[in-house]
Amino acid sequence: MLSRTADHLYWMSRYIERAENLARLLDVTHQMSLVPKSAGMENQNWGAVLTLNSVEERFTESYGEVTAKNVLHFMVMDPNNLSSIYNCLRVARENAHAVRGTLTSETWESCNVSWIEMRDQRFEQIMITGIGQFLEWVKLRVALIRGVTFGTMLQDEAYHFIRLGGYIERADNTARILDVKYHVLDGSTDEDASDFYQWGALLRSLSAFEGYRKVYRDVITPARVAELLILNRDMPRSLHACMRRMVRVLEAIGNSQSAETERLAGMLHAQIHYARIDDVLKRGLHEYLTDFMDRIYALGDGIGRDFLLP
Amino acid sequence: MKPTFFNEMNEASGEARPHYRAYADWLAATPEERIARKRVEADIAFHHEGITFAVYGEEAGKERLIPFDIIPRIIPAGEWRMLHEGLRQRVKALNAFLRDIYHDQEIIEAGRIPREQVIDNAQFRPEMKGVDVAADIYAHIAGVDLVRAGAGEFYVLEDNLRVPSGVSYMIENRKMMMRLFPELFSRHEIAPVEHYPDMLLENLRTVAPRGVEDPTVVVLTPGAYNSAYFEHTFLAQQMGVELVEGRDLFVRDDTVYMRTTQGPQRVDVIYRRIDDDFLDPQVFRKDSMLGVPGLLAAYRAGRVTLANAIGTGVADDKSIYPYVPEMIRFYLGEEPILDNVSTYLLRRPDDLAYALDHLPELVVKEVHGAGGYGMLVGPASTKEEIDAFRRRIVAAPEKYIAQPTLALSNCPTFVESGVAPRHVDLRPFVLSGRHIDMVPGGLTRVALRQGSLVVNSSQGGGTKDTWILEN
Repeated sequence: MLSRTADHLYWMSRYIERAENLARLLDVTHQMSLVPKSAGMENQNWGAVLTLNSVEERFTESYGEVTAKNVLHFMVMDPNNLSSIYNCLRVARENAHAVRGTLTSETWESCNVSWIEMRDQRFEQIMITGIGQFLEWVKLRVALIRGVTFGTMLQDEAYHFIRLGGYIERADNTARILDVKYHVLDGSTDEDASDFYQWGALLRSLSAFEGYRKVYRDVITPARVAELLILNRDMPRSLHACMRRMVRVLEAIGNSQSAETERLAGMLHAQIHYARIDDVLKRGLHEYLTDFMDRIYALGDGIGRDFLLP
Repeated sequence: MKPTFFNEMNEASGEARPHYRAYADWLAATPEERIARKRVEADIAFHHEGITFAVYGEEAGKERLIPFDIIPRIIPAGEWRMLHEGLRQRVKALNAFLRDIYHDQEIIEAGRIPREQVIDNAQFRPEMKGVDVAADIYAHIAGVDLVRAGAGEFYVLEDNLRVPSGVSYMIENRKMMMRLFPELFSRHEIAPVEHYPDMLLENLRTVAPRGVEDPTVVVLTPGAYNSAYFEHTFLAQQMGVELVEGRDLFVRDDTVYMRTTQGPQRVDVIYRRIDDDFLDPQVFRKDSMLGVPGLLAAYRAGRVTLANAIGTGVADDKSIYPYVPEMIRFYLGEEPILDNVSTYLLRRPDDLAYALDHLPELVVKEVHGAGGYGMLVGPASTKEEIDAFRRRIVAAPEKYIAQPTLALSNCPTFVESGVAPRHVDLRPFVLSGRHIDMVPGGLTRVALRQGSLVVNSSQGGGTKDTWILEN
């Protein structure tokens, strides 16, 4: 397969995943804002959305004040924000367009239609109808794209690169969200019931709330949340699950120069596979996650060098 | 005097011609709401599938639909047989001409075509002199534009031998018609066209460099912002070959490779959808970002096949066009089956004088123009437009040709006010390799503006499904 084709597929997949992650994050942040709490706490939550995506500076330049409406506009609709849902769907579609011959017509069309419908949205209208409904639409569109992709594609190299892009983006997202939220929550002096909602929201933003209940059948504690999202192999968005799949994909696509990249991925996977949450927390979650994100970044670099555009 | 045009569907009496009768009955019996609904459905489907084209000069990345009309262009079997034979003959002679002028130039020696017409032509590529190409084929894919002026009276308007496009719309239009109105296909015996990509692939494989057993074929595109990008992806996908851009290819030891996730892979046949000028920055335009450095050297060494060959433009040039009937007689010893439109070469003083006296009746085209740009349609132009064009002709007469304005046939078409006749042409796609063949039909283009004779999609033209009846 052409390296350029692999590159487009990989980035198409990353941007689709990113759009979904963003929709989830905005959705829980929005739902959290409906729970009574201090105004300071609310702005902190919306501010965290910006921190998570490393876009605070850009935001401050053009919007100034952190309010729900400003952050939503910036993260949903702003064409000048490369991380907005608008741009994620646009870039995903552009990448798909560049390799539409490699995709099944179902995948291409679901991607193309998602972008066409996004392009025709107006922010004012979204706010009138309800932001929740819009974010639900994003999640459904992504579910559709993913469904038709995995339901119709030949399981060849193209398929592997789509999976690879999805897992690496997902791992990065889970690590980031855990890092930022954990930091906010751990330092919070809010000892009341809102903590429960905050942890619940974190779980929901990763579709892990029901999973938590099933695995622990017990109250929500920060250590367990961390364990579930980092170490639990069966949670689809956990770091462990992402790494496990990534290692398998890399085995399938390995070429004569990718040994080092495969080694990096394998090491990272093994360390998560055999880790214990107590040790992780003892070392410090923030340090642990920062290290993980650095290594994921290096892994992305390696993939780019070994397989994608020269 | 208002000319009367040949109507593809109806006799002068208003009655449907025999080959249109079944369709006309169906159309009359189908409720208007259903037709209206189906037309909307077609638009939405084309949008969702992204069957679009980009227009030069408009905002980058902006895409438009080519309007699709649901009334088909129907051609009876007998007429098609004549066109089929005429096209084969013409394309055979054109390939012989290209082989000749890049080798012994017998047609020039024989005095059948002026030397300077060929050698001084900007489209003549001296780099191709003495180069032997596989099977002596230069124009592997030809898109010959035909128009009709009366019953059985067809003319060739242009031989497109460089990178003719439109074949994907021929196939998509058929798919759309079958989806919208399946019942029509049980009422008619319509020759299928969907096997075109198979024929194309087979054709490209037969012209691989000598000694290559299982050739790797690729489609070379300028990229996603090219106006015909949809077609490039379509053909690559349908043939099951890679769609590459120049940056995906490189040349080492006169061999072309593509960069893949498993390392370099040799490429044997390139169906290129890039103009000659952009193919190799080492030889042609130095600023081309689309091409592959070293490609011409690999080509001249016979290590890769380019389809179409480099330098075919000299045979479809508007100033060479008048000599095509002579080529048929010279190379094949046959009389042309398809007629040319009589053409005035304005570099000739007599022709120029005549043309300047008759501009309001003539169509004047740039010799190197394409896409319906840079032309004057006399009868449809104002006095000011004609005068402005006259000044351009006088300044550089050798750049222009003139032709009488043909009474182009028209075909009923859905327009805002209902169904009205609009002018049409037909572009069949002729494939040449070890054999010359084509799928029955082609792309029918329709000028949607009332009275307009310009069918190009960049000028607001639309398309129709084209039916060749099998009985």
